Amino acid sequence: MEWRGEGLLLGLRRHGEGAAIIEVLTPDLGRHAGVVRGGAGRRLAPVLQPGAQLALVWRARLSEHIGTFTVELLRPRIAEALGDRVALQGLGAVCALLLRALPERAPEPGLYAATCALLDALGAPDWPEDYVRWEVDLLGTLGQGLDLGSCAITGATEGLTHVSPRTGRAVRGDAAGGWAERLLPLPGWIAAGGAAGPAGALEAGFALTGHFLGRALASLGGDAALPEARARLVAAALRARG
Amino acid sequence: MAEAPADIEALIAQFARLPGLGPRSARRLVLHLLRRRSAQMMPLAEALGRVAAAARDCRTCGNVSTAELCPICADPRRDGAEICVVETVADLWAMERSGAFRGRYHVLGGTLSAFEEVTPEALRIPDLVARARAGEVGEVILALNATLEGQTTAHVIAEALADTGVHVSTLARGVPVGGELDYLDEGTIGAALKARRGV
Repeated sequence: MEWRGEGLLLGLRRHGEGAAIIEVLTPDLGRHAGVVRGGAGRRLAPVLQPGAQLALVWRARLSEHIGTFTVELLRPRIAEALGDRVALQGLGAVCALLLRALPERAPEPGLYAATCALLDALGAPDWPEDYVRWEVDLLGTLGQGLDLGSCAITGATEGLTHVSPRTGRAVRGDAAGGWAERLLPLPGWIAAGGAAGPAGALEAGFALTGHFLGRALASLGGDAALPEARARLVAAALRARG
Repeated sequence: MAEAPADIEALIAQFARLPGLGPRSARRLVLHLLRRRSAQMMPLAEALGRVAAAARDCRTCGNVSTAELCPICADPRRDGAEICVVETVADLWAMERSGAFRGRYHVLGGTLSAFEEVTPEALRIPDLVARARAGEVGEVILALNATLEGQTTAHVIAEALADTGVHVSTLARGVPVGGELDYLDEGTIGAALKARRGV
């Protein structure tokens, strides 16, 4: 068995003395693991950093084997992130979340392209907003998509201010009535694009996607707690926003 | 089928578990020691026994020691105003080999990892904050790896130390001494370019 393609490095752990097991996100095979011989060594360690875009060749005797990767660096991203606290925590959050949430070997070409675009923009002033929108897309990939286009009660497409924590559907403020305090706030910037503005509006966006991501992780049969790396990103982004 | 008496096979099995050794090299090593029982095997066994009985973590910095304080913490000539934070004892030894640092150390025992679920509580960060609050410390130098985990840990430590009043710095990143640009990876070149300074 052999395939060639490219992938984003999500994580790595040592395997024996010199090898490493890496997990990558590929467009055609989704999250995929494999052994890299010498992956923990001096030559490959700078290459095998989270977020790196790699040219990959995977070989194994049978498709269900973990197999071995040979890797070549296409685009490093760690250097761009090291000097910027939000970018660094963002890179960690993206990788940790994908490692937790994605099933192995399920093709996700759309998610791959969206993740590459998100990481290419690391360090941009509105990057936390882009990240929240990426999480909305990720929820769709996980089968927990939000319906933020129209009101679940009236069908209206304007004045959407809340989201049902149960169904993930948007609700107009005046239609929510007495239920409003049980609903999650829907910050307008998520659908409208652009910057969130004050830290409170950004925090509401993180809270919204965080609620549904927790549910999505719980539905996978594991711990509903979001990765620590995401909490660090939220803290860093809110602090940077003042 | 075992080729040697059970005790010797057990010794070979113990050696084979060490880094860099496999069953064959462990067997060669044990045979070598058996041929030099008094000259090498007994002194090795005695040294192993002594260190195994006495080895412990330094109660101040976490360095490996055979006393309550490691030689660095016990040395009055070391500058207590500077603490260099390292991930492991191997990193501490690397810093000491350079001979460039005359302060004291703090060994974290790892770094935060999103992938292996290492949390700040699992590291010795609270101990570091307590040392910084004790009064003598003026600067904490974060000598952590230039990796996602290393720098994430650096940021968490910097936040933990924020209200102690100590100056927190980190090692520079860029072209190593003797390094040729042609052989450097793109990430290192990018970091060096970002950290450029006037000549």
